[in-house]
Amino acid sequence: MRRLWMVLVLAAAILAPAVLYPVLLMKVLCFAIFASAFNLLLGYTGLLSFGHAAFFGGAAYVAGYTIRELAWSPLAGVAAGTAVAGILGWIFGRLAIRRQGIYFAMITLALAQLLYFVCLELPQTGGEDGLQGVPRGTLAGLDLSNDLTLYYVILTISALVFVLIHRTIHSPFGQVLKAIRENEARAVSLGYDVDRYKLLAFVLSASLSGLAGALKVLVFKFATLTDVHWHMSGDVVLMTILGGIGTVSGPMVGASLIVTLEDQLADKVGALVTVIMGAIFVVCVLLFRRGIVGEASAFWQRMLGNRNSPGI
Amino acid sequence: MIEIFGVPLLALAGQLLLGLVNGSFYALLSLGLAVIFGMLNIINFAHGAFYMLGAFAAWMLLDNFGIGYFGALVLAPILVGAVGILAERLLLKRLYRLDHLYGLLLTFGLALILEGLFRDRFGVSGETYDVPDVLEGALNLGFMALPKYRVWVVGFSSLVCLATWLVIEKTRLGSYLRAATENPQLTQAFGVNVPLMVMLTYGFGVGLAALAGVMAAPIFQVSPLMGSNLIIVVFAVVVIGGMGSILGAIVSGLALGVVEGLAKVYYPEASATVVFVIMAIVLILRPAGLFGKEK
Repeated sequence: MRRLWMVLVLAAAILAPAVLYPVLLMKVLCFAIFASAFNLLLGYTGLLSFGHAAFFGGAAYVAGYTIRELAWSPLAGVAAGTAVAGILGWIFGRLAIRRQGIYFAMITLALAQLLYFVCLELPQTGGEDGLQGVPRGTLAGLDLSNDLTLYYVILTISALVFVLIHRTIHSPFGQVLKAIRENEARAVSLGYDVDRYKLLAFVLSASLSGLAGALKVLVFKFATLTDVHWHMSGDVVLMTILGGIGTVSGPMVGASLIVTLEDQLADKVGALVTVIMGAIFVVCVLLFRRGIVGEASAFWQRMLGNRNSPGI
Repeated sequence: MIEIFGVPLLALAGQLLLGLVNGSFYALLSLGLAVIFGMLNIINFAHGAFYMLGAFAAWMLLDNFGIGYFGALVLAPILVGAVGILAERLLLKRLYRLDHLYGLLLTFGLALILEGLFRDRFGVSGETYDVPDVLEGALNLGFMALPKYRVWVVGFSSLVCLATWLVIEKTRLGSYLRAATENPQLTQAFGVNVPLMVMLTYGFGVGLAALAGVMAAPIFQVSPLMGSNLIIVVFAVVVIGGMGSILGAIVSGLALGVVEGLAKVYYPEASATVVFVIMAIVLILRPAGLFGKEK
């Protein structure tokens, strides 16, 4: 059943550019990676980071700078962005896991704001303008300036990332993360070095967020302050909640919906986009905290449960 | 000309005063956050939005009804506090039994809604609000001139902070409040109406933010984005001070404002980031915060 779904989704993704605009699809994929990476932390470790824009945007700047200024190949630039995001994740993680719960959220938010100001003032990042006109270059003879070619490259990378995340969640490491989420004190008493596990999850999540940000630079050819702004951190939280915290496909669903919605609304309602995003936030938190995928699977379970045990 | 580390004394004193002004806003906002956190166990992300709302309330009161600064100083916190109470009754109340993170997420959504609405209506450039006539000009101290309005802001907000602290620590009402923070069920069993206190606490905290907003209106532009940038700094202040103590919130707010002012003089590039750097250092040395107790 699950395998059938995966084949269907993959087939749809391969055929999608025939119907939909490839750049929008690539944006969806980048944000699907971003939200899935974020969910690894929120959904499977129980840590709410409000600073993931730092990794997304930080990697975007590194990729943009290395590719445009240092003339690195796109793959090397993306790798550099991902690595720097991982290092940033290690630093942020070391500081933030000293506190728990809402403090964790506030610390990550504050550290991300620190990076925002650094990006604003560093001469290499182009200040308010950001890094414009980053060339897409070529990859193993493929010309990435063709939207369709780049789409399939990004689709391949995304598929690999989703397999990696899926494997991580279902590995013994993933099980320990879930144990920490459910009951941290008990995980400690069982002898797990909880902080190490948290840090590793944080670094992994940050690196993959960085990968998403670096790929976004290839798609749009620019990196700007929007990528490191706290709105971006909020967006990824929203995508994950809307899709379903702690579900494998939820973040992808959430990312697709939010990106499409923003794309459709951007020219029509202006600043009201923020209002709509805020309203979705409020509605999600008040009415369906399990998100779309979570609610759907709960509904499905109920149906199955009812059939098996009619007494309940 | 007297110089301290190569900076003229007057420039230093000017920046220190500006730092104290910013510190007063940090203190009022982190005090509100701490009071709300104590009672409701949520971090009010919408605090910056309510601060912005306070400033706009002052501007609108003047623009539409001709009500001046001092009228706004009383009315705006009441109006915005009422909005806060409405939000608490309609939305936040439903989340008390859940993980505290949901409160953060809900108020984040609320902040986005408020910010978006005002940005749609007023754009990002903002409106100006004049200093009231009485506080126009400067006090001449002989060796330097102090802008009256800034002195007023520091003085008045210190007074409000001190009064809040006294009410919480020294009065009967404050003792109920502290009891309800410590153990809501037991306090309720003693006949104190805890839900009512929770509601009023939220309204009061939000009102403090609005009060800071009114006082900020003549100094900064009244703009839809004024709250969101400030609130993140205030979060860092709260992490540094720890939310366990009311006095800690006030002292660390003022102190960090001054540090920021000093950074503007000696190393301007770092003035936007210095509070965050201090937060990182405090986390390494004293993870529970300067005034916090590890739970």
